[in-house]
Amino acid sequence: MKTRYKLAGMLTALLLVVVGIFSLSSNVSAAGEGKITGTVKLTGTPPHAKTIDMSKDPVCQKAHAGDPAKVETVVAGADGGLANVVVYISEGYSGGATAATNPVSIDQKGCMYQPHVVAVDVNQPMKVVNSDQTTHNIHPLPAPGAGNTGWNKSQPPGSAPFDVTWKAEEIAIPVKCNIHPWMHGYIAVVKGPYGTSDDKGSYTIDNVPPGSYTLTAWQEDLGKQTAKVTVAAGKPGTADFTFKAK
Amino acid sequence: MRIAHNAIFLCGMVLSLGMTMATAQNAGTSSGYPTPKGDFTPAEQRGHGLYLRYCFECHGVAGDGEGDTAPFIDPKPRNFTLAVFKCRSTPTGTLPLDKDLEDTIERGIVHSNMPSWRPLRQEDRADLVAYIKTFSARWKTEKPGEPIKIPAEPAVTADRIKDGQAVFKRVECWKCHGVEGRANGPSADTLTDDQGRPIKPFNFHDSDRFKCGSTDQDMYRDFMTGLDGTPMPSFADNIKPDEAWDLVFYLRTLQPPASVNKKEKEIAKQLGLKPINPNAPAQSDSNQQQNNQPQSK
Repeated sequence: MKTRYKLAGMLTALLLVVVGIFSLSSNVSAAGEGKITGTVKLTGTPPHAKTIDMSKDPVCQKAHAGDPAKVETVVAGADGGLANVVVYISEGYSGGATAATNPVSIDQKGCMYQPHVVAVDVNQPMKVVNSDQTTHNIHPLPAPGAGNTGWNKSQPPGSAPFDVTWKAEEIAIPVKCNIHPWMHGYIAVVKGPYGTSDDKGSYTIDNVPPGSYTLTAWQEDLGKQTAKVTVAAGKPGTADFTFKAK
Repeated sequence: MRIAHNAIFLCGMVLSLGMTMATAQNAGTSSGYPTPKGDFTPAEQRGHGLYLRYCFECHGVAGDGEGDTAPFIDPKPRNFTLAVFKCRSTPTGTLPLDKDLEDTIERGIVHSNMPSWRPLRQEDRADLVAYIKTFSARWKTEKPGEPIKIPAEPAVTADRIKDGQAVFKRVECWKCHGVEGRANGPSADTLTDDQGRPIKPFNFHDSDRFKCGSTDQDMYRDFMTGLDGTPMPSFADNIKPDEAWDLVFYLRTLQPPASVNKKEKEIAKQLGLKPINPNAPAQSDSNQQQNNQPQSK
């Protein structure tokens, strides 16, 4: 009788372990393997990036001494790579939020937003930092009715960074500083995996489960473009985008 | 002949009774205001009637702040469809309490076209708030924020006024309000509200009254909540309660002489308080810390 109980107990334990390993490994393969990469290019003549006059705040001006900051509405590299483009899955992804908990950050540095465009998952923490020796007020302005609420907080020099999250998908929330009227940026709140193009125009979207998707690339001035992409297990998908200068 | 007269009289009675009943039915409520459409609560219905009598000319029938008088008004009437309000007891980004909105209606907003609606009954103001809340879905999906706590006001001292001036410099109120509080800071000319319309910072030398109430407690609250929809941010993360009181006392010294700031003005005069110099190095922090100890006051 006792041995039968022991055997049953051991079998159950073994079963649990096996099920555990299976569910773990399937999670890993769903979340970890897939990847989408590509580049975003700009054709035509990039618009002239105007120099920003920061003379009203000596701290800001000093941060760019000898190399004045420029308006970042369209930032294109020498080889036509277009930066600050958010690429995200607009159709075909059913995984919900990626549960990304690594905080992305928006830094007020040199009286500019770094990065100029920050992408963040729904409910993913976003760290707000002021690295400047001047006061900024960070003032996101979500669209009414989109599900996010705006606020307006002061960050004097030396303030501790703080975390915020966004409840709803919104491409994209403008953010500004009332004290420094040239400071404009965007917070793109996406649902699921995303990538942002660097100054060469390259982007990578990690943690994409195998499947067929529609990707959308958003640029603040040039609008949106879509592309189809398929991701297979162990085989990353690729999708390139080309925006035409206005 | 007499029968005919009686018949006419009777007909008249019946007719007038019928008309009275019909009117009473149409009115829906005892107030006599027209019955609004939709599934309004009684309070919202009453508020709707009051709104159409007192508010729509500026705030618009749709509550969007685009009433007939709106083009001629600056600052613009509030757009209730956004559910963003300047005067709240709740943190930045959150909905106000009903009481905050009732207080705003009662007080009115000085330096704007919004008059005080003190002549209305308290119940009327509550009904108006109930109706105003029907303009935005935010009231259905969100709850008002937790009101900020305002600790008891300490006694004003010379140290507190000096410390308040140091806070004014440290958190850079002067960037917009100017080194003397004359609304001429380096950023004053470029300020815009959330709709991108030009807006001016408050000039402390103009008045001893503020938009969201004129008591010391109201001032304290303004720093901590910010005035949503305007460039005035919340300083809740950066000014400690004690420092906020210091700042209240310092700002009082800038305002025109009135009964509310008699003591502050007197102390400032004795101190020979000079406007801040933003380019001078900051006062030593340790000194400031020391002064912030409550026992040193």
